[in-house]
Amino acid sequence: MNQATDKTSQSRRRFLDNISRAAGGAVLSGVVPGVMLGLYSQQSKSLPAGAIRPPGVTNETDFLSACVRCGLCVRDCPYDTLKLSQLGDSVALGTPYFNARNIPCEMCEDIPCIKACPTGALDPQLTVIDDARMGLAVLIDQEACIAFQGLRCEVCYNACPVRDKAISIEYSHNKRTTKHALFIPVVHSSDCTGCGKCEHVCILDEAAIKVLPMNLAKGELGKHYRLGWKEKQKAGESLVTPDIEHQYNLPQGTRYDYEGEGLIQPKKTTPFEKDALDRLNEGKL
Amino acid sequence: MVTEINRAAHTVLNQNKMGQDAIDKKGWLLAHKWLLLRRLSQLSIIFLFLAGPVFGVWLIKGNMASSLILDSVPLSDPFVVLQSVFAGNYPELTALTGALIVGLFYFIVGGRVYCSWVCPINIVTDTADWLRRFLKINKSLSFSSINFSRESRYALLAVSFLLASVTGMLVWELVNPVTMIQREIVFGMGVSWVFIVTIFILDTFISRRAWCGHLCPMGAFYSVLGKFSLIKVSAKNRTNCNDCMECYALCPEPQVIKPALKGDDSPLIRSENCTNCGRCIDVCAKDVFIINHRFINFKP
Repeated sequence: MNQATDKTSQSRRRFLDNISRAAGGAVLSGVVPGVMLGLYSQQSKSLPAGAIRPPGVTNETDFLSACVRCGLCVRDCPYDTLKLSQLGDSVALGTPYFNARNIPCEMCEDIPCIKACPTGALDPQLTVIDDARMGLAVLIDQEACIAFQGLRCEVCYNACPVRDKAISIEYSHNKRTTKHALFIPVVHSSDCTGCGKCEHVCILDEAAIKVLPMNLAKGELGKHYRLGWKEKQKAGESLVTPDIEHQYNLPQGTRYDYEGEGLIQPKKTTPFEKDALDRLNEGKL
Repeated sequence: MVTEINRAAHTVLNQNKMGQDAIDKKGWLLAHKWLLLRRLSQLSIIFLFLAGPVFGVWLIKGNMASSLILDSVPLSDPFVVLQSVFAGNYPELTALTGALIVGLFYFIVGGRVYCSWVCPINIVTDTADWLRRFLKINKSLSFSSINFSRESRYALLAVSFLLASVTGMLVWELVNPVTMIQREIVFGMGVSWVFIVTIFILDTFISRRAWCGHLCPMGAFYSVLGKFSLIKVSAKNRTNCNDCMECYALCPEPQVIKPALKGDDSPLIRSENCTNCGRCIDVCAKDVFIINHRFINFKP
């Protein structure tokens, strides 16, 4: 009897021992690396400003859920633009990106990188390269850009593959000389693909125009904002009820003109057809 | 049971030169036949991937995560693709086809054939194990007998899928030394060799076969995948066994041998952890083991 109890307590002890060992093992080998990796992954989700994704990536999170880091896009890039990130690049390890200042995207019409992608991480629905939105060029330093000094440059404008749509030159008054124009390059997000050729060719030692990932480059108006004039245009009429015309308490016969004339006196009228003086001068009295 | 085997194996390990009997009987070449074939397989796969970028011969493009043979046949690693599915992405047909081809191949030949015949990390950890034996580290270093559970890899496998679904990204691929080293061999080496050195040191000085035999979730995945594989190692001539213990000492997963070698049931090594590396066949002077398929109903 005693021996049997001993045996049960022994096996129970062994069972508990095994359970706690398994739990400890699970925590050490599963939970701890799990939490650490989870935190590390959040950090690696943020793309640094200098790293631009290949065409067909609209959302970094979606991209990171699909890319298997095979490098087939890198292999099929004819200009060696794309490269796979390595440890220390602070781009999610093994994923493709490019640095526009070094080698920009040449915007191949057949988009070979997207064709090479086996997983759809580079969206195969993008078939026209002009629709790519790899990032957005931003003339980030107006103090350094020589166009703002009144010098002619326009190198970024001339290098732009979607010239006049993605970058246009706007003229403005040169206050320093008072008699010349400034030729200011202006980027339009409606057409900029983020290829980075402008950044690549910028003549400064450090480019004044830079391609940034979309989320860094773009602001966003509060969703509840409505621009009155646009809404009016959409609706074809003013959306608010027009003001009721103001009623002034004016002497009888006077009016008020809103648009310029102001107070309008009624014309003076007399019981006589003519002016009194004229009538006297007629001598008919 | 495992510790028992380990102890016995380590006694053997420290006694004489490993596999000397087999070498005396079969000659050096035949006593290393499967090892040499595996190295040939591993190195030629690396070579095939390098032939494109180095010599401009594009037989295969990409890396082991996903590749394209002769610009037509896609191959994808099912473990990596599955992570992406867990991350909420539905892969394009190319990756799915590739993963299916590769998955089917390992389903048939044995999941962990990936580990012993393809994975480049295996060369590192085999070397670490050799060095460990050569330096007799089990005896000389007190901290060299830290033991991880062999089930840890399944915990890490679960973690890699769980993290993918929680974060929506392929988290394990941020640190996976297997895909990392393979990718960087083909696409240019960064500092990922630090990971490789870490694994080498871990395996050599701290814990025997720690990475491939205990921790690697990729190995765990391929274990599961090859659970019902057709090709298995069999202790067909187990009656010849003279208990020299050398197979236990060399096997990367020694716990898989005993049920087949000493059991009364089928001599087939059924454990999904067996890597079909054939080292036991090489090292056995009595020719106990052969490569077999699971349909042979052999009665000893």
